[in-house]
Amino acid sequence: MTSPHPILSILGFVIVAMSIAAFLIWVERRLLALWQDRYGPNRVGPFGLLQVLADSIKIFMKEDWIPPFADTPVFILAPAIVFVTVLLSFAVLPVAPGIIVSDLNVGLLFFLAMSSLGVYSVVLAGWSSNNKYALLGGLRAAAQMLSYEVFMGLSLMGVVLLAGSFSLPAIVEAQKKIWFVVPQFPGFVLFVIAGLAETRRIPFDLPEAESELVAGYHSEYSGMKFGMFFVGEYMGVTLISSMIAVLFFGGWLGPVLPGLVWFFIKLFFFIAFFVLVRAALPRPRFDQLMSWGWKVMLPLALINLLATGAAVLAWR
Amino acid sequence: MLSILRTIWYVFLHSFQKRITVQYPEQKPYLAPRFRGRIILSRDPDGGERCVACNLCAVACPVGCIALQATEDEKGRRYPEFFRINFSRCIFCGYCEEACPTYAIQLTPDFEMGEFRRKNLVYEKEDLLIDGPGKYPGYNFWRIAGVKIGGKDKGEAAHEDAPVDVHTLLP
Repeated sequence: MTSPHPILSILGFVIVAMSIAAFLIWVERRLLALWQDRYGPNRVGPFGLLQVLADSIKIFMKEDWIPPFADTPVFILAPAIVFVTVLLSFAVLPVAPGIIVSDLNVGLLFFLAMSSLGVYSVVLAGWSSNNKYALLGGLRAAAQMLSYEVFMGLSLMGVVLLAGSFSLPAIVEAQKKIWFVVPQFPGFVLFVIAGLAETRRIPFDLPEAESELVAGYHSEYSGMKFGMFFVGEYMGVTLISSMIAVLFFGGWLGPVLPGLVWFFIKLFFFIAFFVLVRAALPRPRFDQLMSWGWKVMLPLALINLLATGAAVLAWR
Repeated sequence: MLSILRTIWYVFLHSFQKRITVQYPEQKPYLAPRFRGRIILSRDPDGGERCVACNLCAVACPVGCIALQATEDEKGRRYPEFFRINFSRCIFCGYCEEACPTYAIQLTPDFEMGEFRRKNLVYEKEDLLIDGPGKYPGYNFWRIAGVKIGGKDKGEAAHEDAPVDVHTLLP
């Protein structure tokens, strides 16, 4: 099942995803301010909403500088990769019944593949900058995302077992009786943690780590290339939040209100949760992060998968 | 693990707390009377200038932003011929106020003195001098100074005794 106007729906997805990502700059600053007993941007336009516009005008006016010691083609390519891979992931995201760009029968695998490709952006950015801090950030990103990718995939396999399909609309339909967050609670927790690591958000922002690595992999980036990394990060947050909603909280399913509204309510709930986690938690040390990923999260994901598999077999 | 969840919960509870930001241009913050802001020169209750041009403030100033020239009027009272404070250098430390023997120079609770041109921050005596006595309403230096000036000999001021003839104290 594909939607009737493919070009229109692609355009719609791109525009909505990018405007949500831009809007998130404002949302994040206001929410962080709320939790730090401040106001945040409230001067430009009503409630400071036009801050987004002011910020984007400013970032477009900035000098787009490529350092002479950088590996120029790769340096230019790197911010595009993060953008493209995240946007491609939106192709398999079911927002409401029929509103989807492409209902792939391996939708979930496509999403995992695209989010794995995203790591190239960070690693190449760190490598091509020819800067030791950027390289350290890139190295950290590679190690972190490889180790978190593994149990991210495994934590979702329980959902796939229960739904019996890799197609995301089929997974949502399978949640009509009960949201998968109830039978797959460990999977949900693991996926949220892996999602945080995947988007390189604050408890897991070791590739950036302002207090240690200047700005990590994007130390040398300026102007709109830097902006691309940021929009890519915010789109990643949107993507992971909508994936949580789709995989564990029944996507568009919900009483009374239409499906689209339910989807966006759930989406913004998880975006707000991501910001709350950023407001609350400090950054772990790098070895703590790695040992957590391999020694705690991966075994937990495997146990969860085995238990779900056993339960599904017993049920039959 | 539990402590992480507790941290997140406590931070979430901040949603319901009062915000501490003062929305400045609309909502003025409370400034204490002793706030160290714009510097003024005060007058004594008679309306005369308090400043005796002793240069102590200029010497105490760590950034050297005070410039003045002393002169005397026909009665022999010292006063500044010009008095200039360069507020683009002033750090509002208040040492000039501490150094002043006549309570002439005072810092006030006002900080809104932004300018687009640097030279507009150089305040001359007519910009600095105010009409009132500032923070010390009843104080009049010349009444208690005990010095001889034109029109007033030693001991002729209010509540002042004539100088003691030291020869009468000899054994």
